[in-house]
Amino acid sequence: MKSLAELQAIKEKMKNKVVLREGSADIRVVVGMATCGIAAGARPVLNALVEAVNESNLADKVTVSQTGCVGLCQYEPIVEVYEAGKEKVTYVKMDADKAKRVVEEHLKGGKIVADCTIAAFNA
Amino acid sequence: MIRAHVLICGGTGCTSSGSVDIQKAFADNIEAFGLSEEVKVVQTGCFGLCALGPVVIVYPDGTFYSRVTTDDVKEIVEEHLLKGRKVERLIYSDTGEEAADIDITNVALNDTAFYKSQNRVVLRNCGVINPESIDEYIAMDGYAALGKVLTEMTPEDVIKTITDSGLRGRGGGGFPTGRKWALTAPNKADQKYVVCNADEGDPGAFMDRSVLEGDPHCLVEAMTIAGYAIGATEGYVYVRAEYPIAVKRLQKAIDDAREYGLLGKNIFDSGFDFNLHIRLGAGAFVCGEETALMTSIEGNRGEPRPRPPYPAVKGLFGKPTVENNVETFANVPQIILRGADWFASMGTERSKGTKVFALGGNINNTGLVEIPMGTTLRHIIDDIGGGIPNGKKFKAAQTGGPSGGCIPESLIDTEVDFDNLTAIGCMMGSGGLIVMDEDTCMVDMAKFFLEFTVDESCGKCTPCRVGTKRLLELLDKITDGKGTLEDVDKLEELCNYIKQNSLCGLGQTAPNPVLATLKFFREEYVAHVVDKKCPAGVCKNLLTFTIDQDKCIGCGLCARNCPVSAISKTDYVAPGHKLPSYTIDAEKCIKCGVCLGNCKFKAISKI
Repeated sequence: MKSLAELQAIKEKMKNKVVLREGSADIRVVVGMATCGIAAGARPVLNALVEAVNESNLADKVTVSQTGCVGLCQYEPIVEVYEAGKEKVTYVKMDADKAKRVVEEHLKGGKIVADCTIAAFNA
Repeated sequence: MIRAHVLICGGTGCTSSGSVDIQKAFADNIEAFGLSEEVKVVQTGCFGLCALGPVVIVYPDGTFYSRVTTDDVKEIVEEHLLKGRKVERLIYSDTGEEAADIDITNVALNDTAFYKSQNRVVLRNCGVINPESIDEYIAMDGYAALGKVLTEMTPEDVIKTITDSGLRGRGGGGFPTGRKWALTAPNKADQKYVVCNADEGDPGAFMDRSVLEGDPHCLVEAMTIAGYAIGATEGYVYVRAEYPIAVKRLQKAIDDAREYGLLGKNIFDSGFDFNLHIRLGAGAFVCGEETALMTSIEGNRGEPRPRPPYPAVKGLFGKPTVENNVETFANVPQIILRGADWFASMGTERSKGTKVFALGGNINNTGLVEIPMGTTLRHIIDDIGGGIPNGKKFKAAQTGGPSGGCIPESLIDTEVDFDNLTAIGCMMGSGGLIVMDEDTCMVDMAKFFLEFTVDESCGKCTPCRVGTKRLLELLDKITDGKGTLEDVDKLEELCNYIKQNSLCGLGQTAPNPVLATLKFFREEYVAHVVDKKCPAGVCKNLLTFTIDQDKCIGCGLCARNCPVSAISKTDYVAPGHKLPSYTIDAEKCIKCGVCLGNCKFKAISKI
């Protein structure tokens, strides 16, 4: 090791791989992964979310995790976004492309993707 | 893309309860469910809650599974990792609230009473990173302190920072670390040494082992910093051979650091060279004493040598040497990175920072805890330790192992730090904290530690070699019911003599368990010699087992199980019973207690 820059480079490279364990993220994104969710295609959604969050360098702000059945099986795959001090946002009938939009527009840009929310489907 | 981490404790406690098989089962099941690309299995160091091992934590949720068996693994993988449903029956929760009022699946590790009031500095990476991965250590700011020291600080700056932080030796003595370094640095020599004392020998203590197993790079980094501060280019870690996992991980850490150029020549292009070697101790308790340890590293029989000269002047191989304990070193990188003021903000007036304790004995949460100095003993035992099992009453806590004393119930609100413990005739020691309930005999406890020091005395000086043996004989006499009040006085006199005249710390502190119990529990000694009774019902030769003939229904279970056939049938049939009762022949009885455990009618008692 000849320089601090080298050390810093290793740290940057590894940071995303251990940040999962800190659990201090401000935003929690939860994917419904019960039988109904999986059958409706929740796994590609989950994977797309994890990938997009990492690519956008949001890993220290956003935790992507899974949950059981939310109770709205006809709307699966369901993704919920919890943010401290804000109301929960529920996205329904998700797919991988929509998941990427949520990361880009909502998590990064701070703007809710209105056409994917449960409100849009109920209207 | 990895979305979840499964952390499996690979500390000695969980390894012995099967965590290696569990890790394999996770790997197999994760593959079987096709999750290899999404879930990563990581072996970590000790989480601290050894009583509940094997321990598994799933991130990002931080779900804490306890007492996991290989049979549970498939369920965790299928339910939690695949379908997102946590396996409730395995989740540990001690938040103290009614189970019905909380959603157990949302209880993360840091919410539990055991972890909530801990402040992890030394153990910050234990149970978080894979100790065999240097990259993970670097991700957690590892080697950043070394980089800072070598590129921005002079050796004097480093010593000043450590001095200002108020860090004191965690091996038991409490000597200020900065002063130790400052005493060694100015001494001119062609070679100086940094030595780490990882010969953790106190019964029940395993703080250092957990650091070595859970965060070995931290020690490598800290020793290199110490080397730079005092001008040493060689370091030795003296580890017990009884710690195979620790030795293996430390060796890997040294090898990896060398490969990365974090050990060896010209580290960070600063012109500073440092190398580390491991030496294994072969199991003598006295080798934890600093001069005996250095004698042992030199290849000689581990015996202490008189001081002065102190190691700062003439230590290992006759050269100036700094010797610190593992836990002391483990604080160093954090102090460098976060500053002396940050460290000094924790703890009490004269004891700064945190202390790791190995909690053991009659306590619910056996394990490892790190708390700020000045936490009361009551908080440690009742809140973090989860109290005493089976509704028993607290009697005393033993600190400092065979060199330490005990804290009775009247002093349970003592704020634990170096000076407060010394003031009450106890000592911090290396951090073993053994909790004892009302069923413990204090004379017997003192005898236990004396037996240990008699075995472990190296024999070099007479006060320790002969004195401890005589002490033990006196204690034997007392617990056999043959002691007199003069023996108790003689005991005290001999203790003081050994303390004043022994060569090294082993002998000087060996009488402490006796002195402390005499100070706080003298009435128990008196009960043994005057009434010939052991109030706690422990000392066998002072007990008699008797059968209450009116309660005995004559089932004969006790007689069938008595290993020496001391129990026989009588002619007496108690009113209301059909069969004749039994009796114990005190002459034959060996007081094993088997009959007591077998009797379902509580007819047998020991007095």
